[in-house]
Amino acid sequence: MPVISYREALRAAMSEEIERDPNVVLMGEEVAQFNGAYKISEGMLEKYGPKRIVDTPISEAGFIGMGVGAAMLGLRPVMELMFFSFYSVAFDQIFNNAANIRYMSGGLINCPIVLRGPANGGTNVGATHSHTPESIAAYHPGIKVVVPSNAYDAKGLMKSAIRDNDPVMFMENTILYGETMEVPDGEYLVPLGKASVLREGKDLSIIGHGRAIQMALKSADLLKEKHNISAEVIDLRSIRPLDEETILNSVKKTNRALYVEESKPFCSVGAMVAAIISDKAFDYLDAPVKRLNSIDAPAIYSMPLEKLQLPSVDRIYQAALETLK
Amino acid sequence: MTKKPAPTKKAEVAGYNARQAPINAKLGNDELIALYRDMVRIRRFEERCLRSYQQGKIGGFLHLYIGQESIAVGVVSVMGKNDHVITAYRDHGHALAVGMGMNEMMAENYGKYTGCSKGKGGSMHYFDPSRNFWGGHGIVGGQIPLGTGLAYALKYKGLKGCALAFMGDGAVNQGAVHESYNLAALWSLPVIFVIENNGYSMGTSQERSSAGPSLAQRAEGYGMNWDIIENGHDVLEVRDKVAAAIKLAHEKSLPSVLEIRTYRYRGHSVADPDTTYRDKKEIEEYKATKDPLMFCQNQLLGEKVLTDELIAKIDEAARAEAETSAQFAEASPFPTVEDIQKDVYWEADNPADRKSQGTLFFN
Ligand SMILES: Cc1ncc(C[n+]2csc(CCOP(=O)(O)OP(=O)(O)O)c2C)c(N)n1
Ligand SMILES: [Mg+2]
Repeated sequence: MPVISYREALRAAMSEEIERDPNVVLMGEEVAQFNGAYKISEGMLEKYGPKRIVDTPISEAGFIGMGVGAAMLGLRPVMELMFFSFYSVAFDQIFNNAANIRYMSGGLINCPIVLRGPANGGTNVGATHSHTPESIAAYHPGIKVVVPSNAYDAKGLMKSAIRDNDPVMFMENTILYGETMEVPDGEYLVPLGKASVLREGKDLSIIGHGRAIQMALKSADLLKEKHNISAEVIDLRSIRPLDEETILNSVKKTNRALYVEESKPFCSVGAMVAAIISDKAFDYLDAPVKRLNSIDAPAIYSMPLEKLQLPSVDRIYQAALETLK
Repeated sequence: MTKKPAPTKKAEVAGYNARQAPINAKLGNDELIALYRDMVRIRRFEERCLRSYQQGKIGGFLHLYIGQESIAVGVVSVMGKNDHVITAYRDHGHALAVGMGMNEMMAENYGKYTGCSKGKGGSMHYFDPSRNFWGGHGIVGGQIPLGTGLAYALKYKGLKGCALAFMGDGAVNQGAVHESYNLAALWSLPVIFVIENNGYSMGTSQERSSAGPSLAQRAEGYGMNWDIIENGHDVLEVRDKVAAAIKLAHEKSLPSVLEIRTYRYRGHSVADPDTTYRDKKEIEEYKATKDPLMFCQNQLLGEKVLTDELIAKIDEAARAEAETSAQFAEASPFPTVEDIQKDVYWEADNPADRKSQGTLFFN
């Protein structure tokens, strides 16, 4: 199998879907002539032309709203946010229009749009450029939310998201863009709403999403090495729909749970998962569900401090030990 | 601060007569009568809505279009098969003009399952994509990017059509509207931004909210075609000017901003006061001199297209239709608790075609 990067996986997914369906169009700031701020769409303008790969002005509310309108009439726009953080400029278009249009029309209209871009901190770009709004997005019925943590999932989930008839917010990670792995050539899909068990274990379930769950694999190595603790590591991949079954089955087996994610703790995905576990698997728990998030403040700029604010292999490792106390 | 009355772009060509414009000169009697009838139907429907609101049958907001009927009717009457409409919350007129039925509209206002949105949208959120009607939107100006997107999709698909995106005089100050203007002009999208300038956004007059000589003229900043329709109460003038903009959209894929001067008789919504911020005389004068229904009626009476007898018949039929719709709404069932979670996700409503797994709803 070819080894490709997360970035190339996204490009492959979008390219395959553009070739498959004439209604798919990629739009965003700098996606065409500039080849993408993070080079996700590199070479796509040359290959697919300006009808399919469209540079927009810096007008998130305008062009995302325009994409929503075009989706109502049958296009399948993939809208790149240069940073996902800029979603807030288009908040009304996303959460009032894309999320509600099906409902308010009594099911007469649907909105097959994908909003994608990097949603992560850790690159010293400060608070305005480091938002991780997956729980804010998933709060809204009508919206689907996907957060792939590796190249394989990025490709399979992107293809599923583009084919989905509901609006999907697809949150990537600039730090993962260059990460490589074996990815099959050609067509495959990863369904939304299906978690992946990255590692099986019996003493503790470490559940999470995004880059933090990749770190958790290394934390699990340490737990094994130093304490002979066997941690199960589960990557949700998709936040809404949510794979409750995989979460609950794991917790029922290990009796302990730790949720890891980059978002801030208040009303985070981990808070939701903790509530679900306590509601549906309370009797199986040997300890409170623990959560490990970024330290609760706006994203700090200072390089060494930002590393400390975010989840890290060590912070996850320590949190796991506390769960096992 | 008082302002000079905003200038129209071109001094009206001396002797302009909307009735003589080719698009109107060719109208047969039946078509002229239909224009009048459609305006009467909107007014009678809304008057019936108001009664139902006062009886507590309709909740929330009820924004009446009374006084502005000539715009929706005029615009829709010159639309073609691939032309689409989107508007704000003051949407009853547009909905009836595109052919939606009073029953489904009144039932929607009553929050009934037989409503056009199954009772999920309410008066501000009507939709009928089968009639190219895309709502009914509650956030001031929020629908304008969507309208621009309809035009984008039409152009993308190579269809000869356009989107008519309606907004009020208050909406023009929203950023999303300006972003849409820029996109439309930049990409030559076939969209017509129709500003229904009724002089007020809630209780704020145009001169207290908008800078610049006129609302439409802002289009110049984007190099867009624009025009002002001074006599928005004249359904025929609306038709003529809007048809010209549609032609530009169809033939050259060019956007336009049209500002149509009009007036609303009632409060912003029927629960709002209507004379604290404006003079009662102002309302009375408009009603007496520029009422769209009376204006059309007088014109058609003069031409002997309408007769007193026919006027009475049209009026009676519209009242009866509205009354029937209220009875229909009253007799209809409310949605059920199960219905609350339908029409949220396409996938949840189409389980046989569902590709995703996992939980979509969290109760
Ligand atoms: C974003 C937003 N701000 C405020 C409101 C409340 N509001 C609803 S209608 C309205 C006035 C709008 O006036 P205009 O655009 O002139 O339209 P008209 O009501 O005259 O048809 C206001 C302030 C809203 N619905 N949405
Ligand atoms: Mg107004």
